[in-house]
Amino acid sequence: MTEYVLEFEKPIVELEKRIKGMKELSENESVELSEEIERLEEKVSKLRDEIFSKLTRWQRVHLARHPQRPYTRDYIERMTDTFFEIHGDRAFGDDPAIVGGIARIGGRKVVIIGQQKGRTTKQKLHRNFGMMHPEGYRKALRIMNLAAKFNRPIISLIDTPGAFPGIGAEERGQAAAIARNLLEMSQLPVPIVVAVIGEGASGGALGIGVGDRILMLENTWYSVISPEGCAAILWHDSTKAEQAAEALKLTAPDLLELGVIDKVVKEPNGGAHRNYDEAAKLLRESIEAELTELEKLSPEQLVDARIEKYTNMGFYEE
Amino acid sequence: MDWFKRAKEGLKPQKKKEIPDLWVKCDGCSEIIYKPELEKNFYVCTNCQFHFRIKSSDYVKHLLDDNKFEEFNTHISSVDFLKFKGKKKYSDQIKDYEKKTGSHDAVRTGLGKIHGNSVVFSIMDFKFIGGSMGSVVGEKLARAIKQAIARKLPLIIISASGGARMMESVLSLMQMAKTSALLAKLSNAGLLYISILTDPTTGGVTASYAMLGDIILAEPGALIGFAGPRVIKQTIGQDLPDGFQRSEFQLKHGFLDAVISRDEMKATLKEILEFATDTEITDSENGELPAENVEDIKGTPEVKAGTVDDEAAKN
Repeated sequence: MTEYVLEFEKPIVELEKRIKGMKELSENESVELSEEIERLEEKVSKLRDEIFSKLTRWQRVHLARHPQRPYTRDYIERMTDTFFEIHGDRAFGDDPAIVGGIARIGGRKVVIIGQQKGRTTKQKLHRNFGMMHPEGYRKALRIMNLAAKFNRPIISLIDTPGAFPGIGAEERGQAAAIARNLLEMSQLPVPIVVAVIGEGASGGALGIGVGDRILMLENTWYSVISPEGCAAILWHDSTKAEQAAEALKLTAPDLLELGVIDKVVKEPNGGAHRNYDEAAKLLRESIEAELTELEKLSPEQLVDARIEKYTNMGFYEE
Repeated sequence: MDWFKRAKEGLKPQKKKEIPDLWVKCDGCSEIIYKPELEKNFYVCTNCQFHFRIKSSDYVKHLLDDNKFEEFNTHISSVDFLKFKGKKKYSDQIKDYEKKTGSHDAVRTGLGKIHGNSVVFSIMDFKFIGGSMGSVVGEKLARAIKQAIARKLPLIIISASGGARMMESVLSLMQMAKTSALLAKLSNAGLLYISILTDPTTGGVTASYAMLGDIILAEPGALIGFAGPRVIKQTIGQDLPDGFQRSEFQLKHGFLDAVISRDEMKATLKEILEFATDTEITDSENGELPAENVEDIKGTPEVKAGTVDDEAAKN
């Protein structure tokens, strides 16, 4: 796959290429360049820190949508010791926009679900760009109920541009399916850790996103609407998405400050797409730490605290 | 070419005569209807049965006994915690709508009776920023649900909403989880929840409490769906079938229990409410509302005996 480079990543990538070239040169031609390489490596690391410490919200949206960003299966593959995928909602069909299954992580038996985007055009169409249909939400619920039945924690990975807006989706009750998940997830007697790994668009994301701990990777977004959708409504101009992204305050640090999420998970230097293994390792560590804490609670305590958590969300005046 | 020139003098606009606004055109059949007649018919077209969108106060008048509604938490209002600015500042928008509608937000909650059956009653107002759900709608509904649980009363929510409120971003989204979680508690307590969908009910409201009723009713012809028709049309690039996402469509696809016209709504609610109660209500029991265990809920109702919805009356 050819490398895809975002505009603001270019200076970093160019420098890295230069370093790589020098390394090859010094190896093949035994030219002594180690000092120069060291100097450049320091420079690139500084540059990276500089660029990534000043990312705008819109740039983070781009990182969240980076075509090379790791998707749900990339994480599952790296985080789990074993994974057995299960399929179908037992009523209508199997929705490839969401994957789910039973897994082992370290000593734990868990259930993992997550929205799945495709990499190639063919895969993208197959996965419907990570946009779920009602049967997807029902499949997710079925798998989560399985976890509840056998007292296993649930890990839910969010990465969707939204629930699919189509005729079939409406006919089969997109709204009802999401609503049902919100209600049922609030009641599941097992720990639920949710992590936004890419895009978290609206009800489509929340439909698998109710949990005890909500994590967001550093370069992801989560909001009530996409920046483009918001711009189209506010200014009748979807090209003003950058402005909308600022207004919506949709990044991980924003949501942490608003008290909607519990933790921002660090990504490898330069973003998750630069190092899948490291990204998965960091996410796994965070999830395991949360599960360790949650496992100390009884099912009743878990459910009570979860409902309390959501009951307290909102800002108003009296 | 003098004759093309307009004589500017003598063409003063005539003063419009004040015609009392007594006639309205029906959006359904374009018939011109006499307004007092329409009002008497619960704002349903006498010709084609088209249901006009009505205010929360009209529902109170139409559905609650003696127009009596003891409202909860009338003092909660929205804050612009994100300093959100679209075309207008959200903080200004809130003020404008408060002035325009006389209410603080897009939902009113309280206690009332339907043919003697006490209920916790909630009605959304589409006129307040498209009936959008932000923190206030979520909080008022959450407290209404807690009231229903504490008082062991059934809950009715009449929805009319374009969905979650963009100007509160992710916090609006979280109101979906909040209301749904509390409805689970209500259901666990063995209490009845009737959801009534009116034109329009879409987006995050449909994808949360509106679709979680034990019984879900809708007024005829209401637009009910998750994604808006325009978004769907854009996404799939083809025209939508006739009647798509209307009440009758939702009934056919199994997402509603019944489509009930406005004039039959109260009688229908009575049937359902009484199915879920063991004690028969007689007229002599039209007395006190039960009120145990409610002290611990923030914002217990300001019980002014016989409160008619003052705010709406001002409009």
